[in-house]
Amino acid sequence: MAGNHALAEGAIQAGCDAYFGYPITPQNEIPEYMAARMPEEGRVFVQSESELAAISMVMGAAVTGKRAMTTSSSPGISLMQEGISYLCGCELPAVIANVVRGGPGLGNIAAAQSDYFQAVKGGGHGDYHLFVLAPASVQEMFDFAFWAFDLAFKYRNPVMILTDGLIGQMMEPLTIREPSWPRATPVSFDARDWALTGAAGRPPRSFKSLFLGDGVLEAHNAKLQAKYARAAATEVRYETVATEDAQLLLVAYGIMARVCRETVDRLRARGIKAGLLRPLTLWPFPTAWLAAHAAQFAHILVVELSCGQMVEDVQLAVQARTPVSFYGRAGGGIVTCQELTAVAIERLGIKETS
Amino acid sequence: MKVEFVFAGFGGQGILLMGRVIAQAAMEEGRYVTFLPSYGPEMRGGTANACVVVSDQPVASPIIDHSDVLVAMNQPSYEKFGPLVRGGGLIIYDSSLVQARERAQVRQVGGAFTEIAGQLGNTLVCSMVAIGRVIRETGIARLETVRLQVQALTAKRPELTALNLEAVERGYNEQEVQR
Repeated sequence: MAGNHALAEGAIQAGCDAYFGYPITPQNEIPEYMAARMPEEGRVFVQSESELAAISMVMGAAVTGKRAMTTSSSPGISLMQEGISYLCGCELPAVIANVVRGGPGLGNIAAAQSDYFQAVKGGGHGDYHLFVLAPASVQEMFDFAFWAFDLAFKYRNPVMILTDGLIGQMMEPLTIREPSWPRATPVSFDARDWALTGAAGRPPRSFKSLFLGDGVLEAHNAKLQAKYARAAATEVRYETVATEDAQLLLVAYGIMARVCRETVDRLRARGIKAGLLRPLTLWPFPTAWLAAHAAQFAHILVVELSCGQMVEDVQLAVQARTPVSFYGRAGGGIVTCQELTAVAIERLGIKETS
Repeated sequence: MKVEFVFAGFGGQGILLMGRVIAQAAMEEGRYVTFLPSYGPEMRGGTANACVVVSDQPVASPIIDHSDVLVAMNQPSYEKFGPLVRGGGLIIYDSSLVQARERAQVRQVGGAFTEIAGQLGNTLVCSMVAIGRVIRETGIARLETVRLQVQALTAKRPELTALNLEAVERGYNEQEVQR
């Protein structure tokens, strides 16, 4: 199955009640699949008139306690930022997938990882965070849909699945089953104690992000920050490969982690001890792991399909304990294992005779 | 065992389909596989290519820099991806459309896939003829497994099943042109 289809089917299996979306390459397979499958399941599919409408429809479904989702690609996600900020301000659960393409502007349709800053640092206005999940395979596209709805409802906060055109388009074997990893404790999707369900027999409820009263917004922000601190302490997920004895640590997420995984093997075959840190959550970021382990490596190389974004979070975590450098391509170029192997050898300052 | 394939040709020649059938057949036979299509304006008639990795182990990178097997369905693909075939590797090309050159340490097998497809009545099945040749030359999947894939793919257009199966078998059985 293709990555985009796996994400769509994962969302359906995870209980997505309503999907709203507007077409954009390279994620069109998702609304196409949803258009066929959601009505089959007796659920809601709407092709909206714009991305602004799609994210607003997501908010409308979310206030009723339903599992709502939208997907788009970079320029479309930029258009949704106002709605995403409102979802955070209103503390509403939602799942948003960004199948990233090249930017800035309309860019092109090639795979990219250049929306990292937008995804993990906010993107819209105000002090907020999204959970940002980074699948690296077709199976994870499926599995992470479950995880995304879990987190969205556990924290009543939007969750972004940050992927790219390559993972969206590529096909791998997929096992359809309810995943256990990397989900945490079972989460209740029962929204009766907070959603707008009709106020008969109970006091009315409302959702808003406008707080004009003296000190009210400050208290609201303090509450949000406490929630983000709780999430950062418990929801970080990452995977490490061969880091114990590594002199070189590669750090990469999504499709680039796949290339780095193979590069680790190629470097080790040449006697160079390399390892890999792959964040599964880009927010919250595995800062604590990097802080605790940075000193054991001679060099840390961050690899992205961008001009260098996640590298800043790695540098913040490492705090100059170890040299950190960056390698990446943006705008359509793909980093290959061969290219990366040569870069790693050069960064370590190894002179090979061959 | 790990074999990295590149399938390349014109958009519309069924290049991506060829990669999918091979990947799916290998998966049915219990291998780990990845299929990575190029996905741009190809659908509308540019060049198209797909990378397929078949392995006994989980596949780390679906993105490949060199290939073990190149299936070149036109001259530009042969020129572009031919030099990236590893020593000891294999190039299978459509001799109806590709002029092959001497290449040390790489086995090259030509087949008149487009011409054979034309004889069968539809040049669009050239990819199926090529698939037949690919499985005979590489043994990456059994003919029977591929036959089942083709039957599944054409299930919604059963009038096309016989033609596609015949194309695969012609490719599989055709005398080879080797250099």
